[in-house]
Amino acid sequence: MFRKRMFLAATTLAYGLALGAAFAAEPISVMSFGGAYQEAPRKAVFSAYPQAEGRPVSEQEYGGEIAKIKAMIDSGNTTIDVVDVDAPTLLQGCDEGIFEQIDWDKIGPKSEWLAGTTSDCGVGTIVYATILSFDEQKLANKPTKLADLFDLKTFPGKRGLWKNPATNLEFALLADGVPPGEVYKTLATPEGLDRAFAKLDTIKNEIVWWEAGAQAPQLLASGEVTMTTAWNGRIFNANKEGRTFGIVWDNQILDSNYWVIPKGAKDVTASLDFIHFAVEPKILAGIAKYIPYGPVRSTAAAEVAPDDAKNLPTSPANLTTSLTLDNGFWADHGDEIRKRFTTWLSN
Amino acid sequence: MADTMSLTAPYTDPGLGAALRRAERPNRLRALALALPALVFLLVTFAAPIGVFLTTAVRNPEVHEILPQTTVALEGWDGQATPGEEVFAALAADLARARQNNTAATLGKRLNYESPGMRSRIMSVTRKLDGFAAGPLAPQFIAIDAAWGQPDLWAIIQRNAAPVTPYYLLTSVDLGQDAAGGIVRVAQDQAVFLDILGRTLWIAGLVTVATLLLGFPTAYVISLAPARIAGFLLLMVLLPLWTSLLVRTTAWVVLLQTDGVINQVLLALGLTSEKLQLMLTRFGTVTAMTHIQLPFTILPILSVMKTIPAGQLRAARSLGAPAFSAFWRVYAPQTLPGVAAGCLMTFILSLGYYITPALVGGPRDQMISNFIATYINRDLNWGMAAALACLLLFMTLSIYLLFLRLVGAERIKLG
Repeated sequence: MFRKRMFLAATTLAYGLALGAAFAAEPISVMSFGGAYQEAPRKAVFSAYPQAEGRPVSEQEYGGEIAKIKAMIDSGNTTIDVVDVDAPTLLQGCDEGIFEQIDWDKIGPKSEWLAGTTSDCGVGTIVYATILSFDEQKLANKPTKLADLFDLKTFPGKRGLWKNPATNLEFALLADGVPPGEVYKTLATPEGLDRAFAKLDTIKNEIVWWEAGAQAPQLLASGEVTMTTAWNGRIFNANKEGRTFGIVWDNQILDSNYWVIPKGAKDVTASLDFIHFAVEPKILAGIAKYIPYGPVRSTAAAEVAPDDAKNLPTSPANLTTSLTLDNGFWADHGDEIRKRFTTWLSN
Repeated sequence: MADTMSLTAPYTDPGLGAALRRAERPNRLRALALALPALVFLLVTFAAPIGVFLTTAVRNPEVHEILPQTTVALEGWDGQATPGEEVFAALAADLARARQNNTAATLGKRLNYESPGMRSRIMSVTRKLDGFAAGPLAPQFIAIDAAWGQPDLWAIIQRNAAPVTPYYLLTSVDLGQDAAGGIVRVAQDQAVFLDILGRTLWIAGLVTVATLLLGFPTAYVISLAPARIAGFLLLMVLLPLWTSLLVRTTAWVVLLQTDGVINQVLLALGLTSEKLQLMLTRFGTVTAMTHIQLPFTILPILSVMKTIPAGQLRAARSLGAPAFSAFWRVYAPQTLPGVAAGCLMTFILSLGYYITPALVGGPRDQMISNFIATYINRDLNWGMAAALACLLLFMTLSIYLLFLRLVGAERIKLG
């Protein structure tokens, strides 16, 4: 008797839960890189989505590890609907077939996106820059061009660099006088690679390596380095907190981030719908209010307030000598160059 | 038990021993049955996944699964000149299927390990398949990229048609294969892993010595202290062990950084005129790891020290031994099982360190685990990760066995 009653109670409960779930709108699960970076779309995109589309957004964070996405898909239980990825992850994941194909008819006309920021598996969102930065208060003599990074005579002191061959080898060649259009052609030859490492050799003893984006402004703030390369959003944030860091808008290296849909996402239409909303010109432009990463969609760039626009890596005044990171090059040569970089570091 | 058996055995009827064993069998089976869930749990969640993962170090499915026709067509190729038209035709057919199945990139990625640039070569040919004109395919391949005419490229494809490969394991010890398949050393600037392995062993060794130098006197003091004070001291040793590894490492970052506590104290005391670089150095890494490993060295030593009767030292002194001699010749040898266990535990745990060198160490202090993590998380090159893991496992087991040989299994006492 007791058992029977228990069984009845349990089934009622199960039905009740199932019905409840069917009526309440299931949240869309979005994963991004966390921190100040995720705060910007939280204010500009995620908070506006439920009102516009009647579905709450549940946020997840990750460190950008593609292995995490792949493991989720391999386990056969894709719980995330939309993921924010960087360009190398987009390329690698697209190659591996772990992202759903994007139906661009449901997103918008591809022609509105900057060249190279549309993909079969991802929709470009923002573009950020690796720039040279320094503390305005500490330097009487201010650097004005990228080559100053390698000029130890005029600007003595330690240099902060990202502990990764990507961007550093490009910076080395740019500072050595290679025009932006020739950088990857040069780097693909053994002589060009030697030339880049030789240029880095000239400052090797003065380099302090940073790994996480937040470390670069910390190095400047603590006075540990005279100047450092950094991601422009991190410098902007530090300045918002009262620092006076300057940015050298010369030979900055641009790269972009993307929305992708992991393979096996529960409802691809809903995921596409979210991406469509997130890259709507007015919504996407809102991100620039909170972090100076420029929208890659031209119609969105037009919506950015002029005050915010001057801080963006894509603003015409800042864009003159920039280089766009070639992720295809790094996919081909990254393994070999990273090994060389590792041996170079330990010698 | 074994001793009494061997003593009594000659005096008993041989059938009795067998009968006794038979009688005890249900007990043994029951004991085994009790341990069975734990054994199965270990096997399923620990041993089997590790075993399966380690096989990825030799698995090589890409070429023979994605290029089956090319594999067959290349069987008769002598490796001297550009292969014939039938090989190009087979490759075109295989790549057309690969494009449909979305597997071309997997193939390109695998071949790219052995020859940088193969990834984009495969991808661009796959994209251009539809544009091929009727007639011989070989010149059209070569027109896209001259490398398709070189025998070296085809040798790589031919070599990787086998379902197992020595590539990852060879690379993990800085070896590679030349075009003819012979084993050669990789170029100087590509030889990273032996250096890193040596560094890993060296750091683990430094940490072991440092923990022993600090831990032995600590354990000695605790073993001699009155019960209540000993309890308090033991708590001090154990407390860090209950704190997360990440938290302890971050605490060291706070202490060691250029503007950190240590530098400020040194400056305030006038012991140094400029800030010392403590973070991102070998010194910082070894210091932080030593602190984290200390309890693992202290506890086995302490447990052995507690079993040594205090009267022995007094007896040695009363028989005329000087204080040091009494300690060194009577006391210290008896602590050896604990010292051996503590050092072994710290050394082996130190070999696998990841978080502490990543946060406190500089680029020259990264240990082998950091590279395994990079291959898993960023590069998705699990073959290489598995090969490095094999290398680490092999080193650990060898050191363990060597240690047993030198010290003797019965002389290691963990607690």
